[in-house]
Order: sequence, then C-alpha cells, then structure tokens
Amino acid sequence: MAVTAFWLVWLRNLFAVVMLTGIYSLFAAVLYIVMDAVDVAFTEAAVGAGISTVLMLGTLSMTTDQEKVHKGPSPLALILVFATGGVLIYGTFDMPRYGDATAPIHQHVANRYIEKSGAEVGPPNIVTSVLASYRGYDTLGETAVVFTAAVGVLVIIGRSKGGMMPGSKAARRRREDDEEASS
Amino acid sequence: MMVEKTLMRVVAKLLIPLIVLFAFYVQFHGDFGPGGGFQAGVILAVAFILYALIFGVRVARRVIPSAVSRNLLALGVLIYGGTGIITMLMGGEFLDYNVLASTVHGGQHLGIFVVEFGVGMTVAGAMITIFYTFAGHVNDELPFRKDGSSQKGERR
Repeated sequence: MAVTAFWLVWLRNLFAVVMLTGIYSLFAAVLYIVMDAVDVAFTEAAVGAGISTVLMLGTLSMTTDQEKVHKGPSPLALILVFATGGVLIYGTFDMPRYGDATAPIHQHVANRYIEKSGAEVGPPNIVTSVLASYRGYDTLGETAVVFTAAVGVLVIIGRSKGGMMPGSKAARRRREDDEEASS
Repeated sequence: MMVEKTLMRVVAKLLIPLIVLFAFYVQFHGDFGPGGGFQAGVILAVAFILYALIFGVRVARRVIPSAVSRNLLALGVLIYGGTGIITMLMGGEFLDYNVLASTVHGGQHLGIFVVEFGVGMTVAGAMITIFYTFAGHVNDELPFRKDGSSQKGERR
C-alpha cells in the first residue's frame, strides 16, 4: 500500500495515477477484510476501485491525461505538509492499540448494543440494528447526503432535457425561441 | 465507450446477472449477514455501469433512462423519511419502528427492511445518475463519437 502511495505521488501520467488509485483501493479492501469488516470491504472495492475509477477516467477523457509540471517545490508548502503530517502522527500516539478491549469505544454504548440489541431490535446482525434502528437519524442524514451529492453533480455538470448545458448559448437560444413561440 | 471485444461481452453477460443477484442478496439478507442498503445500492449500480461500459451508454439508457435513476434517487429518501412520518402517525416517535407491527421484533424488522430498501434505492440511483452525467459529457463533447457508430456492430 505504501509503495503504491509513493508511486502515485511520483507519477506524472494521470492515466496511470487513476489506475494506481484503483489498485490502492483494492489493497484497502483487503485490509478491511483482514479487520473483519467485510461490508466496508466490498463497498470500498465497488466504489473505490470500481465506480470512482470509471468516473476519473471519464474526467480524464474530458480534460487531459498529463499533469502540469510546476517549478521546484515551494518551501512553504513543504513545511505545511510536514507540519500537518507530524501533528497527525502525533495524534495516533494517543490512540488505543488495535483490538484493545479497554479502549473507550468498547466501553460506552457498544456493550449495550451487543447485549440487548437481540431483544430490543431482533436481527442477528448487530451492525444492521445499530445503523437502521438505534442510529436511524444518522442513516437518514447519510442518505440525504448521498442524495445531495448526486443533485450537486446534476446541477453543476448535468444538462437540461434538450441535451444542452443549462447555461450554454444553445440552451439560451432555445429558451428564447420557446418564449417567442408561447407569446 | 463501447467495446468490440467478444470476450469481454460474453464475460460481462455472465457476470451481470450474478452481480445483480448478489446486490439483492446483500439488500434483503442484510439483517443476518454483512451488508445493507448502502452496499447493495453500490453493487447494483456497478452492474449497470459495467453494462454501460461494455454495451455503450446509449443502450444502457434504454434499460434505465436517466429519468428513472433520478426518480429512484429521490424516492429512496422519501421512503426513508416517509417511514419516519408513518411511525409518527401511528403514535410513536419519528423512526420508532416498534409501532409498525404488533410485536417489537416484527415492527423493528419491518422498519429496518423498508428503511434499508430506501437507502439502497437512493445509493443506486445516485451512482447511476452521476455516471450518466459524466458519460453524457464524454460521449457528446469529444470529437470521436464511438457510441453511435459501434451500435450497428452490436446489432449484427
């Protein structure tokens, strides 16, 4: 995974970069399987390696597949990147070890879900009962986010019914024609 | 976006029904195994996107017109929110599934089922809509318009 990440930064051909991002996602999916999160794994494989790669390729064919090369590294950017990275790594020192039973996340509401969700909700898959029942509001919000994202894409690069960009000259001309016809 | 390769078409034809079947399995078996609406929606969308990649976006638009995918998108959120409203009308709180059926488990099961179905619809609709939006640009605005010419080959 680390090799793929560094290779990604080094490459200048954006087509290869897109392909490598897909490979990186597949590695991430394998990682999730190792961590027993199978549902997250196949979402990552389908979205990260599948759909987003296709969308990126679509974007490349609209723009260009060569990255613009900038003059040498800017010292300010370099300092900023190292500072942010340093802070993030410092933050991980406080995190409990992976699989630690005394970690705060296993102390709060998780025990209640594990002990009582069978009686209170029913389904043997606790993840489903937490997602859809205990955290029903959150999931409603997430669904609304997905909806908003798709609507956003439609508004920004979607086109009107006549197959034209909403703001384009052709669309405006047609609208004017329609108005003339109706008046 | 149309591919002439026979091998890819044959493999895709074999794979797509399996992918769709797996999507429905993940959707309706989410209570017992891993998965749920989000995962199922994504997998279902992948099946259609694969179809569009191999057979051309124009053919795929005949299978699922963009109006249908947009309506799926909105309908899923409406189903989710509507379930909440129905539970309120039936005397519970918003999204309190207990009132949906006579027993707690029955109500919770029904509620989760309906809500996950809504999530699946929205996610699948969103993915297909976004893909169509991108694909529409690629097909119409580039000088090479592979889609129209290669469709004749498909009908052979």
